[in-house]
Amino acid sequence: MPLVKGGRIVADGFTHVEDGAPVPERGAVLVPAARFLADADELLRRDGPVGVIWPNDRAVGELSPYLDRLALVALVFPTYKDGRAYSQARLLRERYGYRGELRATGQVLRDQFVFLIRAGFDAFDVVKQADAEAFEETAKRYSVFFQPTGDGRMTVARKRIARRAPAPAARQDRLRA
Amino acid sequence: MTSPLQQKIRITGPSVVTANRLRDGAVVYRTAAGEWTTDIGKAAVVSTATEATELLAGAKNDGTRAVDVYIAPVKVDRDGVVPGNLRELIRLRGPTIDLPVTFGV
Amino acid sequence: MYRYDDFDRTLLAERVKEFRGQVARRLSGELTEDEFKSLRLMNGVYLQLHAYMLRIAIPYGTLSSAQLRRLAYVARTYDRGYGHFTTRQNIQFNWIKLAQLPDAMADLAEAGLHGLQTSGNCVRNITTDQWAGVAPDEIEDPRPWAELIRQHVTLHPEFSFLPRKFKIAVGAAAHDRAALRIHDLALRLHRNGAGEEGFEVMVGGGLGRTPFIAKTIKPFLPKRDVLSYIEAVLRLYNQYGRRDNIYKARIKILVHDKGAEQFAKEVEAEWQSIKDGMLALDQAVFDDIATRFVYPAYETLADDPPELKAALGDPRFATWHGNAVNRHKRPGYAIVTLSLKPIGKPTGDCTADQMDQIADIADRYSFGEIRVGHEQNLVLPHVAQRDLPDLWRALDAAGVATPNVNQISDIIACPGLDYCSLANARAIPVAQNIAKRFSDPKLSQSLGRLHINISGCINACGHHHVGHIGILGVEKNGEEFYQITIGGRADEGAELGTLIGPAVPYAEVADVVEDIAEAYLSLRERPDELFIETFRRVGVEPFKERVYATR
Repeated sequence: MPLVKGGRIVADGFTHVEDGAPVPERGAVLVPAARFLADADELLRRDGPVGVIWPNDRAVGELSPYLDRLALVALVFPTYKDGRAYSQARLLRERYGYRGELRATGQVLRDQFVFLIRAGFDAFDVVKQADAEAFEETAKRYSVFFQPTGDGRMTVARKRIARRAPAPAARQDRLRA
Repeated sequence: MTSPLQQKIRITGPSVVTANRLRDGAVVYRTAAGEWTTDIGKAAVVSTATEATELLAGAKNDGTRAVDVYIAPVKVDRDGVVPGNLRELIRLRGPTIDLPVTFGV
Repeated sequence: MYRYDDFDRTLLAERVKEFRGQVARRLSGELTEDEFKSLRLMNGVYLQLHAYMLRIAIPYGTLSSAQLRRLAYVARTYDRGYGHFTTRQNIQFNWIKLAQLPDAMADLAEAGLHGLQTSGNCVRNITTDQWAGVAPDEIEDPRPWAELIRQHVTLHPEFSFLPRKFKIAVGAAAHDRAALRIHDLALRLHRNGAGEEGFEVMVGGGLGRTPFIAKTIKPFLPKRDVLSYIEAVLRLYNQYGRRDNIYKARIKILVHDKGAEQFAKEVEAEWQSIKDGMLALDQAVFDDIATRFVYPAYETLADDPPELKAALGDPRFATWHGNAVNRHKRPGYAIVTLSLKPIGKPTGDCTADQMDQIADIADRYSFGEIRVGHEQNLVLPHVAQRDLPDLWRALDAAGVATPNVNQISDIIACPGLDYCSLANARAIPVAQNIAKRFSDPKLSQSLGRLHINISGCINACGHHHVGHIGILGVEKNGEEFYQITIGGRADEGAELGTLIGPAVPYAEVADVVEDIAEAYLSLRERPDELFIETFRRVGVEPFKERVYATR
C-alpha cells in the first residue's frame, strides 16, 4: 500500500514488527501498542527511531509520557467510516503537542485526505495506487475552511473580519426583538 | 462477513433477483443472460436455493451497473410473472398514490 | 435572511466539483458502492425504492423567493415536477438520476442551495422555529446562532464520520415550536435569573427504536462558549458512541448508558480544556454573521387595518384568517402559514408551479422570504395585515390556503412505503384517508388543535412518538398494520405517546381515528379543552375502551 509523505509516494522507512517477532537492533521500527507499552522505555533507548501503532478505541493520553521520544504514531481507520482517529489525531497534535510523524493507516481513501490533513496527519498509508498518485491534487480540493484546527489555516470567519472595513457600531441592537 | 456465495439463501417460492440501476436508480431485474431489465417478464425466475445463490452471486458482482441487489419473491400466474408482495409491487409500478403532477403529459 | 458571500459560494463550488469527480469514479467502477455510499449520503443522495432521492438543506428553514424558484427549476428539469418538504426543514426530490446529480447540484449551488450533510453520519441540517425572527415570544432571532453553528460543523474534519447522524436544533422562545427535546443536541436561548442571555443545552433526544426526550446537561451556557461546548459534546460522541451496532449508535444511547449526570461531567472535563482556546467566540465573529442577516424594512403600520376588518365579513376568509394567521412581533404585520395539506393530496408536497407561484407571492407580500416548518407547511413571515385579503386570494388560487393548520387534517407523514426503502408500510394514503374523513371544516374546527403524526417504520421520520395521535406502520404476515399511540407532545412539555392497543389493519386506521375524535368530543369538559389536555386529564383508558369496544 503506497505511503504518501510530503505529498509524494515514498518508501516506508519503518519496519513493521509483527506480534511475537523480535525487534531489530537497528533501524526504524513500528511496534503494536501492547508490545510498545510492555517495554516502552527500553524500546525508546534503542538505536533507531521507534513508532507505535495505536488502536482507535484507546485513549491517546496513555502515550503522552513517550511522545517527545516517539518518531511515529500510526492511527487506525478500520473502515473509512470509523472516524475515531480524527479525534485522536487532533488531541495528539493540539493537546499533547506531538511533533513526530502522524500516519493514517487502515482504509485510507482519497476522499478523506483533506480531513486527515486538517486533523494533523502528515503521512498516509493509502489503499489505492491511483489515490496515492492523486494526493497533491486532492489536497488542494478545498480552499475554504470554516472551523479552526491545529493546522493553522485561517478560517473564513477570520478572513472575513480581516478584510472588512471597520465594523459599523452597535449591530447588537438588531438582534433584540 | 460471509460472502454471498457462502451465505445460505432460503427462498419460499419463485423468486427473482432485483436491484436498482446504478446510473438512474430505476428498478431492474436480472435476466438469465446476466443482463438487467426493467421488464419483470424478462427476469430469470429461480425456484431453488442453489439457483438463487448462483444468480445472486453473479448479480452482486456487477457493481458498475446495479446496486442493492437482493432476492425478491414473485408470483407466477396466467398473467405471467408479477411481484410477490406489496413492496415489490410498489417498486415495479410506482407509488400507490396520485403524484402531485401528471408527468410526461 | 442570510446572504452568501464569495467564501460560501466557493465552498459550494468546490464541493460540487468534488462530487462530480466522485460520481465519475463511481460510474467507471473505480469506487465501489461501499466506498461511494457514505460520500453520496454526505451530499444528501439516497437510493430509494424507485430512484435516487436528493435531500436539499434549507438551513434553519429560511428560503428566499429566488431559491424557491430554483427548487422549482430543479423539480422540472431533473425530477417529476414536485418536491416534498420534510420534518427537518429540508426538501426532497424523489426521482433524481445519479448521472445528472452533479449538474443538479451545480444549478442549486448557484442559488446557495445544497445537500451538504443532509444525510450520513455527520451533523445534519440545523433546524429552528419557522417563526424565528418574527415571533412575539422570542428573546432573540436564533438563526444567526444556527448559522454560526452550521458553518462550524460544515465539512468539520474531526466530526464527518461519527457513529451515526447528529441533529441539532436551536430555539429562543418560551413556547418550543422547534421540537427541541427530540434532538441529539438542542440549544434554548433564554435569560437566566440574573438577566443574562445564554443557552440551555440538552442532549440525547431522539425517536426511532429507542425514543428518548433530551436531558439538560448544562442549564446555562454563556454565548461565548457555544462552539467550544458543542465541540466537546461531539468529541465525546465521536470517541465513545457505539460503533458495533447501528441501532445503538446515537448519542441518546451513550447518554442513557452513562447517565446524564456522568455524561455532563465528561463533557465538562473536555470542555474545560478547550473553552478558552480558538473556539471562544468573540463578538466580531458573531457580528460578522449577524450582519449578513438582512431584515425587512418594515413600515410603521397599525394592527387591524380597515382592509382586514372589511374582509373578515367574508366567512371563507374569516375561517382561513382564524386558522392560518398569527401575531407578529411588529405591529401591523402577521405571520401566515401556508397549508401543504390539501384534503386528499400527499402531505407536504409542492409542485413546481406552486413553488413559482409562492415565490411570486412572497416577493409581493413577504419581502421575498419563505419559511419551512417541521410540520411540513410553509410560512410567509412578514405579511402586512392590510395585504391579508389579497394574499389569501392568491394563496387560494395556488392551492395552499386550506384552513386546516394545526388541525386534524394537518397531518405530518413520512413518505413511507410508497417511496422509502426503509419502510414497512405506507403512510401517505393513510394520511389521505384520515384527512378525507375530516374534510368538513366545521368538524375539523371543532376538534381544535390536534396533531397526527404518521411513520411508515420504526425510524420514526414522521415523529409519531410525539404526535397527539401517533400512527406507526408495521408489517404483519405481509399485511400493513398500524400501531396507534395518543398523548405525545413535541413542544416544551415533550412526551412520548401511549399505545392504545393492538395494531389495526390499513383499512381500519381512519375508523380508529374517528373513534378517538368522537371519544374526545364526548369526554372534553369544555369546547376549548384541547385534545391533549383532555388526554392529560382522563388518561388513555377511556380512549382505549372506545376504540377497542368492537374490535
